Amino acid sequence: MLKPAATRAQPTTEAEERAVFRGVALPWAFLLPSLLILAVFVYLPALQTLRLAAYRANVILGTERFVGLANFTELLLSPAYRQVALQTLVFTVLTVSLGLLSALGLAWLASRPIRGANTYRLLLIYPYALSPAIAGTLWLFLFNPEIGVVNQILGSLFDVRPRWLDTPSLAFGLVTLAAIWKGLAYNIVFYLASIQNLPGDVMEAAEIDGASGAQVFWRVAFPLLTPITFFLVFTNIIAALFDSFALTDILTKGGPYTGNAGATTFLVYQLYQDGFVNFKTGAAAAQAALMLALVAFITWMQFRVGERQVHYGA
Amino acid sequence: MARELRGGAVGVGQVGAGRGRGRHGRVWVTHLALIVAILIISAPLLFALIKSTQISSDVLSPKLLPGGAFFDNLSGVWVDAKLGRYMFNSTVLAVSVTVGKTILSLLAALAFVYFRFPLKGLAFTLVLLSLMLPTEVLIIALFDLVSQDLKWADTYAAIIVPFLASATGTFLFRQHFMNIPTSLADAARIDGCGPLLYLTRILIPMSWNTIGALAVIQFVYAWDQYIWPLVILQNDDKQVVQVGLRRLIEVGGQTDWGAVMAGAIVTMIPPLIVFTALQKQFSRGFALTEDK
Repeated sequence: MLKPAATRAQPTTEAEERAVFRGVALPWAFLLPSLLILAVFVYLPALQTLRLAAYRANVILGTERFVGLANFTELLLSPAYRQVALQTLVFTVLTVSLGLLSALGLAWLASRPIRGANTYRLLLIYPYALSPAIAGTLWLFLFNPEIGVVNQILGSLFDVRPRWLDTPSLAFGLVTLAAIWKGLAYNIVFYLASIQNLPGDVMEAAEIDGASGAQVFWRVAFPLLTPITFFLVFTNIIAALFDSFALTDILTKGGPYTGNAGATTFLVYQLYQDGFVNFKTGAAAAQAALMLALVAFITWMQFRVGERQVHYGA
Repeated sequence: MARELRGGAVGVGQVGAGRGRGRHGRVWVTHLALIVAILIISAPLLFALIKSTQISSDVLSPKLLPGGAFFDNLSGVWVDAKLGRYMFNSTVLAVSVTVGKTILSLLAALAFVYFRFPLKGLAFTLVLLSLMLPTEVLIIALFDLVSQDLKWADTYAAIIVPFLASATGTFLFRQHFMNIPTSLADAARIDGCGPLLYLTRILIPMSWNTIGALAVIQFVYAWDQYIWPLVILQNDDKQVVQVGLRRLIEVGGQTDWGAVMAGAIVTMIPPLIVFTALQKQFSRGFALTEDK
């Protein structure tokens, strides 16, 4: 999932025209390694997940009992799971919207014809080397209530030392900020590339007609950047759903507890907890099946929006 | 979109010319905004860098002057807390996955672009749909499969083999191959050149930008793996460095934060090296994908 263009596939028409080399066995031989890996390590587990979701199984004891849709109904009725789903939704909306807005703003500023623009760009994209686990590790130290530098500064200036990781709202905000921070460089890379490819003549025409800087940005550049924005919205939703695991696992361990669940427990963390800590395989598989449906829906939306974008500039 | 982007490439300079005119007074605002933003974004990293160099009595103080203890901090965890081992394992994982994915997707793209065969559409759809199935969603069943059926728990195979196929790679190479004139392949075939020879002698030398761009993405993706190694590797001898960071924090009762920061900094170095080395291919590879 690199570019919107790359995922817009035309399986038959174009490729069929070029049958340069002959042979039926040969192409299958070239495809075999990829298809074999996908069959064994992607499709087989996917089917197995759907099967496990209908059973109440225990990996450790090796017991299995068919329960039909009971795992799903239990999940959907569980206040804890509902809270986790809602938290995931809020977290995703916040990280995607704030993350993309700040990335777009910074990429725009760094694309202006100013001295040192190249240096600014470089400094903005090198945090691409950050992993979610590193982000979690750094923030755990920074926001440690006793020894963290943030509380040392806040304590000496204002005499407040918030319990960042024990207060539900603060912990949630912290995880959200850390996720935005971690994703910034990736988004900036794509916005920088797209801004450099904007049609200069259109923007110049707008300026000659007396448009202000803000008008050029919002009325000309922003609409032209919709294709890349859509693409980034989808990749960022996926990142918020999945990459947040390492971040929360190190920074908050899903806590602190509030209502019916941990305030920073999101869907994947709950799945991991049920599957590998509480050994409730059936419940975890049902969650996996629900997430599978969610990802399928998001991917389908991405393709639909992508298709519409084809006609955008025509 | 394709036409827009291609037209735009010519006009890059004009954007500059138009934007700067008559607005020199406000340029400093742009500089200021960028500098402040970069300082805020870099602050956690700079902080980690400084703390990783301080002696342990300074690490927990508010002192923000770099010290000279980076290698002392590092050597404390490199062997004892197995950081060196974790780095080695992550390197094995990331290099194997990157090389494997590149080879497998080159072969798959070769089949999709230069052959006509029955069920091609189905094969392509199978590759395409795998994008919808991230590891996190499959993890329960994948764990059963790899640990119980294949008995691969605590092996390199468990963290490498399931990730060797790449839909993204297959798409990108297919895209790139379709932009190469067919006449080239026709001429090669007439001269008696088989598909594999054509791939290694002609296609690969013409694809270094795409290969490089993809390698950056794949390497960083493999290097950042966390949840799968966490569940499938119980033995720390094969553990990867991202999970190793969690072990460094949890080690004993008292976390040695100077050492943890040194570990975090070291963990960032391999992706930075790959990113820096392949930066040109990375940006050119992207430009190529925008053509289509």
